[in-house]
Amino acid sequence: MRKLSLNQQSLRLTAVVALLITMALPAAAQQKEILIRNATVLTVTNGVIENGSVLIRGTRIAAVGPADSVRASANAEVIDATGRYVFPGIIDAHSHAGVVGSVNEGSLPNTGMVRIHDVLMNEDITSYRQLAGGTTAANILHGSANAIGGQNAVVKWKWGKPISEWPIPTAPAGIKFALGENPKSSNWNVPSGQTRPYPNTRMGVEEVIRDAFVSAKAYMASWDEYEADRRRRLDPIPPKKDILMETMAGILRGEIDVHSHCYRSDEIVMLIRVAEEMGFKVKTFQHVLEGYKVAPEIAAHGAGGSTFIDWWGFKMEAYDATPYNVALMYRDGVLTAVNSDSDELGRRLNQDAAKAMKYGGLTADEAMRLCTINPARQLGIEDRVGSIEVGKDADLVIWTAHPLSTYARVETTLIEGEIYFDRQRDLAMRESLKQEKQRLLDMEKAAADLEKKTKKTKKKEVTR
Amino acid sequence: MKIFRLSIALSLGALGLLAQSVLPSSGTPGTYIIRGATIHPVTSPVIPSGHLVIADGKIERLGAGEAPAGVTGVVIDATGFHVYPGMIDANTNIGLIEINSVRGSVDSSEIGDFNPNARASAALNPHSELIPVTRVSGVTTVISVPEGGIISGQGAMINLSGWTPQQMVLRDAIALYVDFPRLRSGGFNAAELAEEEKKAKKGYEKQLEDLRQRIRDAQAFARAVEARAPGSTLPRLERDLVLESMQGVVGGRVPVVIQADYARDIREAVKFAEEAGVRMILSGGAHVQEVIDLLREKQIPVLLGPILSLPPRADDPYDLIFTNAAALHAAGIPFAIQTRDAHNARNLPYHAAACAAFGLPKEEALKSITINPARIFGVDDVVGSLEPGKMANLFVADGDPLEITTNVREVFIAGERMPMDSRHTLLYEKFRARPRKSAE
Repeated sequence: MRKLSLNQQSLRLTAVVALLITMALPAAAQQKEILIRNATVLTVTNGVIENGSVLIRGTRIAAVGPADSVRASANAEVIDATGRYVFPGIIDAHSHAGVVGSVNEGSLPNTGMVRIHDVLMNEDITSYRQLAGGTTAANILHGSANAIGGQNAVVKWKWGKPISEWPIPTAPAGIKFALGENPKSSNWNVPSGQTRPYPNTRMGVEEVIRDAFVSAKAYMASWDEYEADRRRRLDPIPPKKDILMETMAGILRGEIDVHSHCYRSDEIVMLIRVAEEMGFKVKTFQHVLEGYKVAPEIAAHGAGGSTFIDWWGFKMEAYDATPYNVALMYRDGVLTAVNSDSDELGRRLNQDAAKAMKYGGLTADEAMRLCTINPARQLGIEDRVGSIEVGKDADLVIWTAHPLSTYARVETTLIEGEIYFDRQRDLAMRESLKQEKQRLLDMEKAAADLEKKTKKTKKKEVTR
Repeated sequence: MKIFRLSIALSLGALGLLAQSVLPSSGTPGTYIIRGATIHPVTSPVIPSGHLVIADGKIERLGAGEAPAGVTGVVIDATGFHVYPGMIDANTNIGLIEINSVRGSVDSSEIGDFNPNARASAALNPHSELIPVTRVSGVTTVISVPEGGIISGQGAMINLSGWTPQQMVLRDAIALYVDFPRLRSGGFNAAELAEEEKKAKKGYEKQLEDLRQRIRDAQAFARAVEARAPGSTLPRLERDLVLESMQGVVGGRVPVVIQADYARDIREAVKFAEEAGVRMILSGGAHVQEVIDLLREKQIPVLLGPILSLPPRADDPYDLIFTNAAALHAAGIPFAIQTRDAHNARNLPYHAAACAAFGLPKEEALKSITINPARIFGVDDVVGSLEPGKMANLFVADGDPLEITTNVREVFIAGERMPMDSRHTLLYEKFRARPRKSAE
């Protein structure tokens, strides 16, 4: 073995010590810290902290508490939020934003084989506008044209990032069901010469769903049989893979959550009956405008209710909608949330939550849950988002006033410790964006003029 | 002297509704003394602890402290509460639409592009469920507006109380509603855009010319009427309901509410109104900030809204619609805020609040849904503020009505104390009382 010089030895020792120190130090020292301090922190799950601070380390919340109890490292970035409110990023349990083209593969009564994941895009300005309203995550759903629609995508509005980074990887898979007027095509005319598609009634909607699960059970049985035969070395021929049946089987195995669009109380109990007969659970009823009529039944099944709070009367099945729906469902033990189903409303779900105080008298504490931890629980992402707790993703929004106030405005929206919206930054960028647009328009015009000129020259040449 | 404390009155109301299946279409007339309240007249300073007396459907008096001795009536102790003038939504379809997707319940849009003779007042349903739903929020008065086509028809300003359309109408044919033709085209690049625009312009110019022609016809009709003054030997003029319906407009007595959102359309609309010699009120105005100078120069009032709507273009600032009101206020252009909704006209104060969150002073936000629409439509001598002699359209709330968490406790329309029930409270009571099996 070659003898090392003293110098080399000490150098090596230094390197080892340095390595040991680095290893011994908590991961903390290597991660960026942001301290939001002196704010009113609305934790949602652990009350309100006046004059509180939130420490972000990397992508997670590292500490929450009274301002003097939260210590940040010397090089932490500090956001002074004096007079401001920190609230978790709002979660929209029903959105159609950021989808390329139509949200409906409406050509069959059951299109459980299609996936919203395949048609997400990151260039829809709507996503940025959601951030500007304090919304950071959403359940992107297929439309309601068919009884069984496509599979969902649960995403964070990571504006500016590749679309592959938007889905929340730990979110359980989900699928859209739809009951009532939409799957029975009540509100649009069938083009002349075409027959009205099946189903045409709520009876037919029930049958489509029942049939899908009966078929799925047969499909699963055929695979079980195949596996059994294989174990017995009978060299069986495998059944044909069917991606639609795989989806339905996934629901029966509890791997895919059902989020069902519905309005009327009878169709809500219909789906509960079918689900209990077939052996699956409805995770959430969406819209569920008459949920208040059968809230005990929904609670007994264990489903959540995700609703827009005060839209009513736009179609027959929405005539009995009332803004008291949330309070009634909530008090009967239904896990209740407000959703948007709208690019516009998705920007102010905090206000819909406030309406549950006005209509039915929920407390501020209860109201705040409606757009944060409750939708998170409905989507199975409550371990990561929905409240301000140590260890959760740093999806935080800084408001100028209490978010249940109509005068509140979003100043800053962070997802996983990164700023995705900042009002001051937005205002500062407007002039340069305007100039950029003008420059692009000028270039366009110059190109068009040139093209015109070239065409003329060519024409002349041809004439010659 | 009967004395109701607010809380008692409320519980009495709740008992009463259990016995009702349909709601009354008006309230209880009488003389009312609201005392102890913070009074917000809107057109004069706030009175921290004052009284307001309602008699014969009107505001008899209001002021600091107690009502003078000798004034008798039902006393409503509103200590700790606030009194505001009834809110006015300048554009709704209330009374014309019950359920949007049920054709038989929709009377808001006539066939064809030109229907100046279509009057909202001819089709109002006083027993619509939307009426109580809206009025219990403190919105006491709305303009019910026909829609569709180019000239949609004539709106009616109505109180949300009454057993017949006539009992509801405050001012019939308050304005003519025009959905201004829009020049729209698209293309992959500038060359294509220019080409498409040329094509689109043809249809657009024709629509615009049709509109101008209607005005010219109505003006010609007016001249013919004038020429055939008493004693004239000219042949008798044939009746023409369409042209007759536009006489108020061409005579300058009735304004034209023109719906336009893009700057280019607004400029064209202003040009059209000027050439036609009609009094224009702009409605919509998403891109109003691009034409501020023009609107100020011409002093054209603006009905902004819905405020709770998305900016029309992808490259518009995210807060464009929210900031329009502050910009108009700064420029001294008269404006009001409207919902252009029917079922959720009750959210009018939150449209105004969104403007306040983005730079409009709070008191101006309140004016934009009370006195401002009243002034723009020339009914500020009747409604829009708390002043002696005005119609007693007002409400009592437990806080700032622009906050969602505030509750409206009492509503008076034309001096009548309104029931605080609606389809929604009744459904709430019904299903709150649904028997639940005891947990075993």
